[in-house]
Amino acid sequence: MGYEAIMGLEVHAQLLTRSKIFCGCSTKFGAPPNTNTCPVCLGMPGSLPVLNREAVGMAVKAALALGCHVSAQSIFARKNYFYPDLPKGYQISQYELPLAQHGQAEVYSGERSAAGKIVNRKLKKFRIHRLHLEEDAGKSVHDLAEDTLVNMNRCGVPLIEIVSEPDFRSSQEAYDYLDYLRRTLIYIGVCDGNMEEGSLRCDANVSVRPSGREAFGTKIEIKNLNSLRFVQKALDYEIQRQVQVLTSGGQLRQETRLWDENNACTYVMRSKEEAHDYRYFPEPDLLPLEIDAAWLEEIRARLPELPEAKRARFVSQYHLSDDSALFLTYSPFMADYFERAWRVSGNAIATSNWIMGDLTRDLKVFGREIDESPVSAENLGVLVKIVGSGQLSTTMAKQVFEEMFKTGESPESVVQRTGMAQISDEAELQRVIRRVMESNREQVQAYRGGKIKLLGFFVGQVMKETRGQANPEKVNHLLKRELESS
Amino acid sequence: MKISCQDVEKIARLANLRFEEQEIEAFRAQFEKILSYMETLNELPSEGIPPTSHPVLPSRNESNAFREDDPKSSLPQDEVLANAPRPGKGHFRVPKVIEKE
Repeated sequence: MGYEAIMGLEVHAQLLTRSKIFCGCSTKFGAPPNTNTCPVCLGMPGSLPVLNREAVGMAVKAALALGCHVSAQSIFARKNYFYPDLPKGYQISQYELPLAQHGQAEVYSGERSAAGKIVNRKLKKFRIHRLHLEEDAGKSVHDLAEDTLVNMNRCGVPLIEIVSEPDFRSSQEAYDYLDYLRRTLIYIGVCDGNMEEGSLRCDANVSVRPSGREAFGTKIEIKNLNSLRFVQKALDYEIQRQVQVLTSGGQLRQETRLWDENNACTYVMRSKEEAHDYRYFPEPDLLPLEIDAAWLEEIRARLPELPEAKRARFVSQYHLSDDSALFLTYSPFMADYFERAWRVSGNAIATSNWIMGDLTRDLKVFGREIDESPVSAENLGVLVKIVGSGQLSTTMAKQVFEEMFKTGESPESVVQRTGMAQISDEAELQRVIRRVMESNREQVQAYRGGKIKLLGFFVGQVMKETRGQANPEKVNHLLKRELESS
Repeated sequence: MKISCQDVEKIARLANLRFEEQEIEAFRAQFEKILSYMETLNELPSEGIPPTSHPVLPSRNESNAFREDDPKSSLPQDEVLANAPRPGKGHFRVPKVIEKE
């Protein structure tokens, strides 16, 4: 019997505010433990939360970028549970009346072939159920054998929780959606998208059902998915595990599991606090949040071009392939680099080839990002232009590029310093050709006697004389003319 | 409204509190009394009136009560941990909370 998998994702994204959501403590990552804390985020009696305006602005920006309807009024609620990283005994979140609802992400999503390549990419719509504001909890460190250590620096960092509808039918769809969400948040500048450091976290709900059946199967939640790759691997593992349990006549329990990267499997999370009754009620310490039309429009007006719109534009404006356009719009920094280089070079295809080829390869070797490239976009544009004009052969241009990458120089400066320039001047080439013919009279005779294959020999000699800098096309043309006019 | 001892026990468990049997019975009776008193509100015609979670609304006053996004200095670590019974490595230390199956 065939099974169908159904998945939904819950994504938590830390907002890039400088201070926490309800107090003035810094949100900076990596500070010594418990040094970015105060009576408010430590939940001391008598302290009161005051909402950070910027956190609201960023959450609204994300909601608009994801096509959500933003509520004119939303309310904060207390989610009550006991856990050591939650000093108040409740998390300030939103429950009824969240900040935003009913969004969607239009994602250029594909299928994974048996060889692991992504094929058949097309635009798919994945619905977003809701997006709300809340505070992050502290961080528990489980390294010690006996005890758990708790660091409250993260406690009170603003989060948005983005809950998808159960719209994913393959791990690739879930991967593509999460990737798109991450890129969108980076594009609009509200989250740095760093899954390893936990600024973007993902929980997944997975169930399977016999193909064609209407009712959902038992839903299992997976936590601890701190990279895009882990999400995909964990979902693949979990789908397989659930199908296996069902086909062997077993039953699934509703439970929370964790992904274990080292053993490449999920395992049941056992927590000593198992009260799944949060007794939400409106947070009495905070007024309802009101977002008027003027503020909404002000934020909407500041939205940049979003990843999918940019990808589509790159295809139509620059006539790039779908895959190239996806690559070049992966991050706003990459897209910006391409467009700045293109403005100088005027040649989109050649510019994209340089970026996707030599530049990406070298950046990878040195572990740098595109916005840290030693070759500026403008200099790459100039290089592409020089190659287009025939002043440099492709082989030479690659050498010039390597120098540019090493020193950060402009292509003109590298060419001047190394004397690397293609010789296209006919008079100069003719002088070299005559010299070569002079010292190889026998071969000239042979050529003229019909051994025209010797042309290659002459081209080689001219290249040797010019240290590879002669324009090969011109050399061919001129050699034939000289050899055939006895 | 009827409240059972199980209701009281559940609420106590969620609040991390433990009580003697007589205390539970006493709470049961008090809860019931309080809730019955609140039920007199049901006599009022309240259709069409939105639930009031807060007596004041920003729009009826001047504005939302916001804080600007300016980081302020935090407490020093030793003060933060001053009430912790047994801090460790600059952290609060608690009994282990997660176990592997």
